[in-house]
Amino acid sequence: MRELLLCPPDYYGIEYEINPWMSLARGAETAIVQEQWKQLHATLSKLCKVHLITPQPRLPDMVFTANAGLTVGRKFIPSNFRHKERAGEQPFFAKWMEQHGYEVEWLPEKLYFEGEGDALFGGDVLFCGYKFRSDIQSHRAIAEMLGCLAISVELVDPRFYHLDTCFCPLPDGGGFWFPDAFDEYGQRAIREHMTDLIDVAPEEAMHFSCNAVVIDRDIVLPEGAPNLVTKLQGRGYRCHELPMSEFIKAGGACKCLTMFMPQRQAVE
Amino acid sequence: MFSETIELRGHIIDSLILPKVLDQILTHGGNFKITEVQIGRKRADQSFARIEVSTETGEALDELILRLRQQGAEVMERANAQVAPAPADGVFPPEFYVTTNQQTFVRFDGKEIEVTPGIINSAIAVDRRKGSARAVKFFDVKKGDEIVVGHQGIRVVPVQRATTHTDPFQFINNIVDAEEPKSAIIREIAEELRRARGAGGRIALVAGPAIVRTGAGGHLVRLIEGGYIDRLFAGNAFAAYDVERALFGTSLGLNPDVAIARGGHENQLRAINAIRGGGGIATAVREKVLTSGVMHASVRHDVDIVLIGAIGDEGPLPGVTTDVIECEKILRDKLRDVTHVILLATLRYSLAIGAFLANNVKTVCVDIDPSAVERAVERQPLQSIGLVTDIEPFLRELADCLAS
Repeated sequence: MRELLLCPPDYYGIEYEINPWMSLARGAETAIVQEQWKQLHATLSKLCKVHLITPQPRLPDMVFTANAGLTVGRKFIPSNFRHKERAGEQPFFAKWMEQHGYEVEWLPEKLYFEGEGDALFGGDVLFCGYKFRSDIQSHRAIAEMLGCLAISVELVDPRFYHLDTCFCPLPDGGGFWFPDAFDEYGQRAIREHMTDLIDVAPEEAMHFSCNAVVIDRDIVLPEGAPNLVTKLQGRGYRCHELPMSEFIKAGGACKCLTMFMPQRQAVE
Repeated sequence: MFSETIELRGHIIDSLILPKVLDQILTHGGNFKITEVQIGRKRADQSFARIEVSTETGEALDELILRLRQQGAEVMERANAQVAPAPADGVFPPEFYVTTNQQTFVRFDGKEIEVTPGIINSAIAVDRRKGSARAVKFFDVKKGDEIVVGHQGIRVVPVQRATTHTDPFQFINNIVDAEEPKSAIIREIAEELRRARGAGGRIALVAGPAIVRTGAGGHLVRLIEGGYIDRLFAGNAFAAYDVERALFGTSLGLNPDVAIARGGHENQLRAINAIRGGGGIATAVREKVLTSGVMHASVRHDVDIVLIGAIGDEGPLPGVTTDVIECEKILRDKLRDVTHVILLATLRYSLAIGAFLANNVKTVCVDIDPSAVERAVERQPLQSIGLVTDIEPFLRELADCLAS
């Protein structure tokens, strides 16, 4: 059974602005936040085993556990956050993973890397996003640590600042994505290494539709992408559409709120 | 020219980072040279590329490097050139760097400075305050001048073979032998001179006395009248024979218009004496004492005349420089802006002049002696054509081509 790490949104809120979605003038409604997160937790709990890390005060974005790091097998590579506002999350995640039996392997401090947010496996290929948050140099280091092929793709739209906001691989070798979030070379590199890509329309991508948690044939994604859902259902996937409005205000949704433990058992 | 060397590592082929970086260099007006590439063999193997990036300005390079860093490029630290003071006038410090005639850059404080003029067998003097570097001969160096020593921080850029068009100067075998046909190549040379004249190039001609003695002076006059010669380099003998021919119809006593002519040796001395007495070549032309010949045409058409002396010269004629060091300084200065050089039937001057030519000067050498041609063109690879032939038919055909 797949395992996921989540963090309850006890301290979540819009307390700074580090991406185009965040606005201090447009705060999250606490009651709705709790309701939306509980619904996500309940949905995922039916599909896999969910672990919870204790939230910490003054770290409102700790709820987005995808950015904690990248886990492969029993190895956990903690993130080096680009923004100081999030850097404080790192020791809590590293300690928690260590306490749960993971071997923590650190990247050089000078390389920015934001975990599963910018590193997603499609088959045995690790697709890595760079520019807004992660550095391309971190991909090389990770590829060496894991012994895998890492395809680095440049993100060009600041609204889709992490790879998991615009790209979601599927277990059948395909995936869905918002191509305009990548530069021309990134688009070509993805097309060369993936088959059966579903292009998500801009209006649906804006609902963070690509920010989905895929567990075998189940896909948990934010509501607001009827066309994408129809296509995924056509391929035999069960879609669980959830309201995510309060998290989208911070630039995150279903996938940002979860980290796989591990994302891959082993790399071949 | 400004340049840096960058390195790319990782899955740069599968991620298309290498083509992206190369495209970015070109689209931002830069140039690149891949100096090393290692492609990973297995799927997870990483690849490596070392690339020399160059741009016209330092600002453009900084901006480009900033972009390339975002793509993971790491800039290699490059060492500055080392200098030492000249210990005395006319003496270089030990271990001084000796130049080739290839385009050369020296690096100081992370910036590259081009060495000018690009002449061979010189040292490099640096003025860091002005940000300049110049190739200097022994006579140029003063005590305390900063001279580049060792090989560190020096980059040499050889002339590249043109890939976009056929250039007759870039044939691998650039010497046309005595038995080979010459008309086609002479037509190409004529075409090149025409192009050079149209594009504001500066054409220098180095004339040996055989031109006058074989009766080819008239063909050279046609070239001068057509505006194909900007600067005429010659020795005292060439000028003396030409003046003798104009004044007495002979050169060194021989009349090229008469099948077998003998005698009249003293005509040369009489001609020299006439010019010396008349105050020089230009004055003789002005006062209509000298009314024909190459020197006359050169004065009339404002060709810059550079006359260099040698031991055994009769006279010499006024205007001939006889001090050797002074001659070198004149050659260096007068060849600085030259784009094309035609070396005709004079090995000694051809070699002396070759020492002051930048590597991008297109050179034509014509001589009846194969070894003379070989020695003259070997210093200008990919920029020269040599023809082994009598000078008269060459000049006649060239002048005909340019007239048509």
